[in-house]
Amino acid sequence: MTSKKSDEARQAGEAQNGHDHLLAELVAHLRDNREHLREQWTGRITGARLLSAMTPEEIFSEATSIYDNYVEVLATGSTDALQHYARDLSERIIPRGVETEDVLNIVLLLRDVLARSLFEKYHQDFDLLNQVLDAYEPAANRIANMVAVSFVQERERVIRDQQEAIRELSTPVLQVRERLLILPIIGILDAARARQLTEQLLKAIRAHRAKVVVIDITGVPDVDEGVANSLVQTVDASKLMGASVIITGLSSEIAETLVTIGVDLSKMDTVGDLQEGIEEAERLLGYPTIRNDDVRG
Amino acid sequence: MSGVDRPEQEPLRVSILAQRAYLIASIHTALDDEHFERFQKDLIDEIGRRRARGVIIDVAALDVLDSFGSRTLRDLGQVARLRGAETVVVGIQPEVAFAMVKFGINLNSMYTALDLEDGRSLLDELGGSGAELRSSGN
Repeated sequence: MTSKKSDEARQAGEAQNGHDHLLAELVAHLRDNREHLREQWTGRITGARLLSAMTPEEIFSEATSIYDNYVEVLATGSTDALQHYARDLSERIIPRGVETEDVLNIVLLLRDVLARSLFEKYHQDFDLLNQVLDAYEPAANRIANMVAVSFVQERERVIRDQQEAIRELSTPVLQVRERLLILPIIGILDAARARQLTEQLLKAIRAHRAKVVVIDITGVPDVDEGVANSLVQTVDASKLMGASVIITGLSSEIAETLVTIGVDLSKMDTVGDLQEGIEEAERLLGYPTIRNDDVRG
Repeated sequence: MSGVDRPEQEPLRVSILAQRAYLIASIHTALDDEHFERFQKDLIDEIGRRRARGVIIDVAALDVLDSFGSRTLRDLGQVARLRGAETVVVGIQPEVAFAMVKFGINLNSMYTALDLEDGRSLLDELGGSGAELRSSGN
């Protein structure tokens, strides 16, 4: 009097049991043959000239850890430990110039080495082999996927950090004389950088009690409308804080572009090069004692 | 030195101090539109009463200066000029300056300086030292 439903459930349960059982057998096999398979794998890594940035000993020790973690994931189904290890490994090897391609290839090699050893073990029984591979493949692919993703994420994080560092480095605000700052801008100015630069300058104006700022854009390769407008904003904001801005280093091409796109720079005080800019600034700063007539023009 | 405060409003939002020929108006807390208008009236009255040559408005305590506020300051500067006093706005914070240019708010036609000290020397430059007759033009 067994109903159809319970029959199916029982079959599914058995299938699941069989699956788990196979996976356990598989893990046992991989553990038993650890030495041999690891040897084979590292052999193929060096054979393919992967990880050339690392010494054979390093490759061997990393390979051991990856192998053990890999088997661990197959055994427990939990990827936490491997994920943690992958992130840690990425952190260590990215600075040494290991490419994403290498990492992916290594993991795929391990997958293949292990798959082959399974073929070898089960080649007599084709059905069983099929079942073993059914259990093995999804898990192996998930692992490969996860390692690659961790690596790429780590790389992206490194790139972001470096961008941040470059930004910090590339906008120094320097005091050359009392109440005189210079701000040499080098490299491409995008909206985010222009904003950061303005904020930094305004804070420096207050901190140094600057009265005149010379912004030198000799090192800016290209100026478009957006950049020109943000420069105008920087000048306006500095004026609100009581500092005058002198722009220097406008190349003839840039000057021509600005005229062509019709950016109004009439409010800006521009002079040819940094030297003239500093001279002009000193003249402005010297005004209260020298008493020229043409100040604040 | 004397202050023009308003006893009916408990916290003193603006204090106006006279120092020789200059008036120093410090805004202590954010002003709403009504406060701004009252401040403008008080200050202009005081310019007449004291025959001030220059006005320094200190906005260092403000963390925002919106379009109404800055227009009021601009108007105030123009009225003050008609009554014979130049106006300098001092103490605009970096964040405030940045926000103002982002939103296209400007104080064109107004003098600005970093702080009180700079504001004073700017007024000195503009008008000879306070007590003397002001040369016309800027």
